[in-house]
Amino acid sequence: MTQTMEPSSMETSNGENSHRPLGVYTRPKGGSGWRDWVTTVDHKKIGILYGAAALLFFVIGGIEALLIRLQLATPDGTVLGADTYNQIYTMHGVTMIFLAAMPLAAAFANYLIPLQIGARDVAFPRLNAMSFWVFLAGGIFINLSWLLGGAPDGGWFAYSPNTGIVFSPSHGMDFYAIGLQITGIASLVSGINLTVTIFNMRAPGMTLFKMPVFTWMMLVVQLLLVFAMPVIAVALFLLTFSRLFGATFFTPELGGDPLLWQHLFWIFGHPEVYILVLPAFGIISEVIPTFSRKPIFGYPFMVFSGIAIGFMGWGVWAHHMFASGIGPVSVAAFSLSTMFIAVPTGVKILNWMATMWGGRIKFSAAMLFAIGVVSMFTIGGLSGVTHSVAPADTQQTDTYYIVAHFHYVIFGGIIFGLFSGFYFWWPKVFGHKLSEKMGKLNFWVMLIGFNLTFGPMHILGLQGMSRRIDTYSPGFGFEAWNLVVTIGSFIIALSVLIFLINVITSARNARGLPPIGPDPWDARSLEWITPNPTPAHNFDEIPIVESLDEFWHRKYGSDEDGKVVRVASAEDVCQDGSAEGVHLPSPSYWPLVFAIGLPFIGLGLIYSLWFCVFGGALALMGLYAWVFEPVDDPDVDHHEPQKEDVSD
Amino acid sequence: MTNQTHSEETTTGLSHNKLGMWVFLGSECLLFGALISTYLLYRGRFADGPAPGDIFDIPFTSVSSFVLLMSSLTMVLALSALQRGDERNNRLWLLTTALLGAVFVGGQVYEFTTFLREGLGYTTSPFSSAFFTLTGFHGVHVSLGVIFLMSLYVSSARGNLHKERAETVELIGLYWHFVDIVWIFIFTVIYLVPSPTS
Repeated sequence: MTQTMEPSSMETSNGENSHRPLGVYTRPKGGSGWRDWVTTVDHKKIGILYGAAALLFFVIGGIEALLIRLQLATPDGTVLGADTYNQIYTMHGVTMIFLAAMPLAAAFANYLIPLQIGARDVAFPRLNAMSFWVFLAGGIFINLSWLLGGAPDGGWFAYSPNTGIVFSPSHGMDFYAIGLQITGIASLVSGINLTVTIFNMRAPGMTLFKMPVFTWMMLVVQLLLVFAMPVIAVALFLLTFSRLFGATFFTPELGGDPLLWQHLFWIFGHPEVYILVLPAFGIISEVIPTFSRKPIFGYPFMVFSGIAIGFMGWGVWAHHMFASGIGPVSVAAFSLSTMFIAVPTGVKILNWMATMWGGRIKFSAAMLFAIGVVSMFTIGGLSGVTHSVAPADTQQTDTYYIVAHFHYVIFGGIIFGLFSGFYFWWPKVFGHKLSEKMGKLNFWVMLIGFNLTFGPMHILGLQGMSRRIDTYSPGFGFEAWNLVVTIGSFIIALSVLIFLINVITSARNARGLPPIGPDPWDARSLEWITPNPTPAHNFDEIPIVESLDEFWHRKYGSDEDGKVVRVASAEDVCQDGSAEGVHLPSPSYWPLVFAIGLPFIGLGLIYSLWFCVFGGALALMGLYAWVFEPVDDPDVDHHEPQKEDVSD
Repeated sequence: MTNQTHSEETTTGLSHNKLGMWVFLGSECLLFGALISTYLLYRGRFADGPAPGDIFDIPFTSVSSFVLLMSSLTMVLALSALQRGDERNNRLWLLTTALLGAVFVGGQVYEFTTFLREGLGYTTSPFSSAFFTLTGFHGVHVSLGVIFLMSLYVSSARGNLHKERAETVELIGLYWHFVDIVWIFIFTVIYLVPSPTS
């Protein structure tokens, strides 16, 4: 992907001068070690960075959850004060949703989408790097609030007017509003980038309806991001301006309407639910067919139900607001739309079961987690349908029943799905499998811990235990179940620990061994044509796609009786990664420089405009240098192996 | 951004940059949609401050709106000049477009200061907050557009903006037209629809 030389020699010299006004604008050469990682524009490395950073935030959010459970283990708990409790539960939600689940999905999206559609990178590699660094900058910025006078304490939903300076005088909510604005930039840019990638960079023959279901679900997610992020951006702007500049959007005395926040937040927030869950749906739609040794049942239905969820997700937001007095007509309408959205989700669940039905199922760790999604998400989906019945919902609102519901959906659906993806694609990314034995242990411990934690919350909620309250009095019958829940949460923590130990020991055991051979799972989609781990250039040769499950069809054919027979071994079908001198986009410093500027702008808005000047200058410098660094100068171009250039 | 002057084919036939710009503009619709909704909710809530119907100077804003809409025409002329390889006229029309945009922003600054003098501050009422936020966001968009146009002008003056890179001008043009079209909606909603008076 080099720039073609300019037509005349005179223009060439002109062009080169302007491309490189200063030596600093030459591009970094990659190199090795940390330098390679901070300047990388490789979608695979960015995917790994996303995954590592998000897992770190996942552990932080998990520790916050354990603190919540320690506080609630016994009545009149004294582990955290009310104020600290508010900060901890707010940051648990913010961290898990914006800093763990979304970037984990981005990790899979970044790594897999180009591979699944037969591309060498994403459409805008430097923007991709920028998305990651901006996300990380935003995540660090929000967590800085712990050290600077207190974390956000208004809940992840930040209902107005609780988040105004009157009721939340610390700077916590400023960090929340500005920090999420920053991570929002990352999500929006990444959404645009991956949308263009999927539409524009498919291998020859890969029509939209030959794309793997994972890529399809990710396309829906990216479009949801593109259209949902600006809405939360506006909500956060209104909040920021109200807190910092005294705007009166949420000042009831002057006519400001707190419900405006709820509407804007949930118009973003409900699509956000599908932004979170569709990646997991995509992951298990790859895992279940592979380990059932059957193609996915009803591929078009899977795709269209995903699209339907994407559309209908915009028409159900007010079911989060049944108790806020929006009037009977609205309540009835949103009640109905909420019942309807269960239909496409139900289609998916039935299709996964039909895929497994009659298959020769191999219960690998990845498959166990995928089955975990199908079963646990269904429980969460069913309790969700009970919320769509507005009268029942008014009873359930703000109780632990709601907490139980959304954890069955988010943990049972998303976290199980992401873990399924870890076990499935680990050999693709790192060249060795995670231990299956520990993986299965990981699954069962997590399943037990999960149900012990969130199952009893249904009962607690129906008994009337309020959420978001830091303690409860003895004598309401809450004691026993709360203790069970706390024990369950520590069992979940144990399961995550098992996973982390598995990661370390599996890497250690694989050290010194050659990478795992091609196709460890007898898989179906295009990413497995590349060797494991994936070489920097992805494909030696861009494959020509003829069918859905292209990789599988290259391995299997049918004999005269129509029976499926193996026609080629994985070694024959897979590329060996030996291509040399493939042109790759050059690394760049500037996405990182730009990203570092943003949190300083945020600090400047909160504390002193001097930070703004510094951060703004840094961000501007990053952008300016970005625009003027040579697009792809053959002299400084990054070739993968140092050999002759063959692509031009 | 990857370089699309290269002859590499994309699946849709649109360049990455152009498709990316369209998706981005789609996203911008929701940004302005949310801001316009906020204004619609608050246009009648002016507390003790000036009411919208008392304070707007519709003839003045109509003139500045006309200036902005004309800048879309000059933008088209700039692009068409470059596509014909006429770099001189391209520069002329780019500069004219930027100038018209700057006149619009200047009009907005004048309008804001007048309102401020008449007692409509940013914190006066939900109406004033919503008004300044919506029009302010639009003004920032126009200002960014002016900066883009001036960058193109400088690039062309230094001899780097040729026919082959006409798509860059087209993309900035897409952004510019979008900002104009959004103004049509904002102008209608804020000024043309009869506003409440005190």
